[in-house]
Amino acid sequence: MNTVENKKNVIGSKIKRVDAIPKVNGKAKFAADLYFDRMVYCYLVLARKGHGILKDIDVEKALDVPGVVGVYTYKDIPGENQLGEVVKDMPCLVSVGEKVRYYGDVVAVVAAETYEIAKEAAEKISLEIEELPAVLTIEKALEDKIRVHEPTNVPIHKKIRKGNVEDGFKHSDEIFEGEFYAHYQEQAYLEPQGIIVTPDIDYGFTVYGTMQCPYYVQNSVARVLATSLNRVRVIQTETGGAFGGKEDVPSYVASYAAVAAYNTGRPAKLIYDRETDIQTTSKRHPIKSHYRIGVSKEGKLRAVEIKAYMDMGAYATLSPIVMFRTLVHAAGSYDIPNVKVDVYGVYTNKIPPGAFRGFGSPQVLFAVEAMMDEISEKLSIDPIKLRLMNTLREGSRTATDHLLTESVGAVKTLENIREISNWEHLNKEVEAFNNTHQDKKRGIGVSHIFYGVSLGAAGQHLDASGSHVQINADGTVDVRIGGTEMGQGAKTVIAMIAAEELGQHIEKINVHQPDTAFVPDSGPTVASRTTVYSGNATRLAASELRQRLIDVFCNLTGALAENVQWGNGKFLDSLSGQEISFENLVEHAFRKNAKLNETGWYKTASLEWDAEKGIGEAYVTYSFASQIVVVEVNLNTGQTKVVKAYTSHDVGKALNPEGIIGQVQGGFVQGMGYALFEDLKFKNGQILTDNFNTYIIPTIHEIPEELIIDIVEEPFSRGPYGAKGIGEPSLMPTPAAIANAISRAIGKRIKRIPATPEYILKLIKED
Amino acid sequence: MIVEFTLNGEKVKYDVRPDKRVLDFFRDELGLTGPKEACGEGECGACTIIVDGLNVHSCLMLAAELDGKDVWTIEGLKGPGEKLHPIQEAFVEAGAIQCGFCTPGMVMSTKVLLDNNPSPTREEIKKALEGNLCRCTGYYKIIEAVELAAEKLKGDG
Repeated sequence: MNTVENKKNVIGSKIKRVDAIPKVNGKAKFAADLYFDRMVYCYLVLARKGHGILKDIDVEKALDVPGVVGVYTYKDIPGENQLGEVVKDMPCLVSVGEKVRYYGDVVAVVAAETYEIAKEAAEKISLEIEELPAVLTIEKALEDKIRVHEPTNVPIHKKIRKGNVEDGFKHSDEIFEGEFYAHYQEQAYLEPQGIIVTPDIDYGFTVYGTMQCPYYVQNSVARVLATSLNRVRVIQTETGGAFGGKEDVPSYVASYAAVAAYNTGRPAKLIYDRETDIQTTSKRHPIKSHYRIGVSKEGKLRAVEIKAYMDMGAYATLSPIVMFRTLVHAAGSYDIPNVKVDVYGVYTNKIPPGAFRGFGSPQVLFAVEAMMDEISEKLSIDPIKLRLMNTLREGSRTATDHLLTESVGAVKTLENIREISNWEHLNKEVEAFNNTHQDKKRGIGVSHIFYGVSLGAAGQHLDASGSHVQINADGTVDVRIGGTEMGQGAKTVIAMIAAEELGQHIEKINVHQPDTAFVPDSGPTVASRTTVYSGNATRLAASELRQRLIDVFCNLTGALAENVQWGNGKFLDSLSGQEISFENLVEHAFRKNAKLNETGWYKTASLEWDAEKGIGEAYVTYSFASQIVVVEVNLNTGQTKVVKAYTSHDVGKALNPEGIIGQVQGGFVQGMGYALFEDLKFKNGQILTDNFNTYIIPTIHEIPEELIIDIVEEPFSRGPYGAKGIGEPSLMPTPAAIANAISRAIGKRIKRIPATPEYILKLIKED
Repeated sequence: MIVEFTLNGEKVKYDVRPDKRVLDFFRDELGLTGPKEACGEGECGACTIIVDGLNVHSCLMLAAELDGKDVWTIEGLKGPGEKLHPIQEAFVEAGAIQCGFCTPGMVMSTKVLLDNNPSPTREEIKKALEGNLCRCTGYYKIIEAVELAAEKLKGDG
């Protein structure tokens, strides 16, 4: 083993993104940028009714349009007419005689010589649907009179039973209650969904497209086409944002395109327009929650009882696993002896929500943090102090009774936001503003969150990842991982890890687009797990290769292995000062027929979990964050402006600090949109806000003048160099902090997000 | 119909269907896939190109309108030699790129701003980029990139 401490050359340093140049010169290939010879263009035919029985599909007029190659329905699916990763309740194409369950249900796929023709023909297809009354609210669904699916609208219930809440309430001095609602949020990745399926030279199909989870796509296409996994190869194209919205959905998009490719025998390109994308793809779940919290008069949390209802829409899709995260995060980042949580998944005749950055947790973190703010106000305890008194530390137990033994940076994040915001002064500044302004009021909101990294107990069968590292004769390095780059910087951090472990320059490392033909199923790119899982796998493979290069170096120089150092493209005997460049060393290794490729495989130890009680090790580790936001509310218009914000994140170890800052800035602004104005509007189950003229996401004008970011490093011993996840925690504290800030500004509790001007005005006018 | 125009500095002549969107013509027929489609209705700016010195949504412009114009896409933007244009360099150096889908449009809007106003204030930068949506970066590093690009361009000369 190496006893010389090798100074880190790459990890933790400022690095330019490895994929920046093709993205800035327009050469990067996104899904729509690929063109194939004899390609057909596809367009989908949607049910456009909320609930009913499909009686007939009339395709005659569509087939008459010149340039139409074919119209494909349920009859043209060679395999299973079934989509859905977890529950098999969703057809690929709705069959005649079966139910239409929401506006965006897909009935047919049109293939044509051009996109315009495909779209024109799709509009000529007429559907006969016998309408049924639709279930459009959680309340209506709970009545269970009109059923979306048999036997019940409420098929999923998850729970936590820790301690005894009744005892906890008995021993509390004060009991607080609150009802909250968090609405849908659209991921609004800039690149819409898009897939190309092409018959390939291996007598199977190759799928290209924008996606987070190539292995999900591979499984779905194989199932729909009734073929085997080794006949479906999936290659991810450059992916223009995802945020969870490209977790399960690309499997559906690919399955529709696969039906067209199979039936036409030609490459089939299916690129969604924004309307199709918003009408048919997942969102953040709406969640209604009821909280009851018992505290001592000093502010110590004694008991919490939570009921939450999640609108799963017409199909369960990923909801059962989203609910697991809702369950575990509902009581917040606090050490509470008595916890009772019930989360219910409810079917309605609406869009099926799924994964979105935070995965079912921001909705309940908003609620629990609103409760904390209420407790802080009513008991006159400083909001940071109240959280410090109750937060998780080493030796604490989470709501699921998970004993935390390391990497708990919660306290530091709270202390740091107090310091960087100049807390006392900030409070005086806001007070002074409010004393001199009548029409505008400012408020300070605090939030504090935790986030279980990776898939956790509910998804541990998927929690392993591979990486293939290969050194070429010219000293360049190929790295292939199963995790995807979607903008978050995965390729850069993986290249940094390979460079660090191999001692080669980062410019010589090529992290390829994921391809299922090269790397075995590595699970999904979700749950802020890529740095830990693909990162550890890469580290294992690269460090193995480095040992082989050290052997070659020692043979050539007579150095002792323990004296060898590596970095900046060379290996060095720290004793004699003799050095050999990486390229030279590789040339020698090749001449000796050394094996210069390796596969790393990383998995975590299994987690102890009692699903009946919701007790145990919910996740491998947790990231923590705290945030302070100052808002200004115009009391006449109800409009809110975020003035400034301070945020602190425990990431374990910042491998790529610039990348983390980018994630936190982007997460903050996305969370701000959710908190304030991103508002999905419906009419009879149809989404009215189906493009960017009506679904408003933050523009450059809405961002706060100041966003101060602090990074805490409490190392996670099993993370690469101590790293944990940051992708999702970057967004999670923001909706809660903004809602609390508005509450403080107007003196009324915000219980619904988005806190639109209409809602704020209504609260102000209420007595 | 026949349209004659200047594309990325070269005089070109094409027979086009006049009602084809410039975005589709460039992408599907000329292979210029730098301009992206994200909304198709002029809300997001991902398809931004430069026409006679103004930033234009190519999803809202018809091929017939190209006649006689001076048109630039991201593919035409270059620095001296094989290098990136200083604006592109600034976007790379400032870390202003995440998923990259909005980047070509952002860069083109920045070009128009800095051609007309070499030393923009923060407010002027925001005004110039208000038609370009980004869902990844929160815009902070994009603003830094524009400021850095302005510095670089002044340094050039």
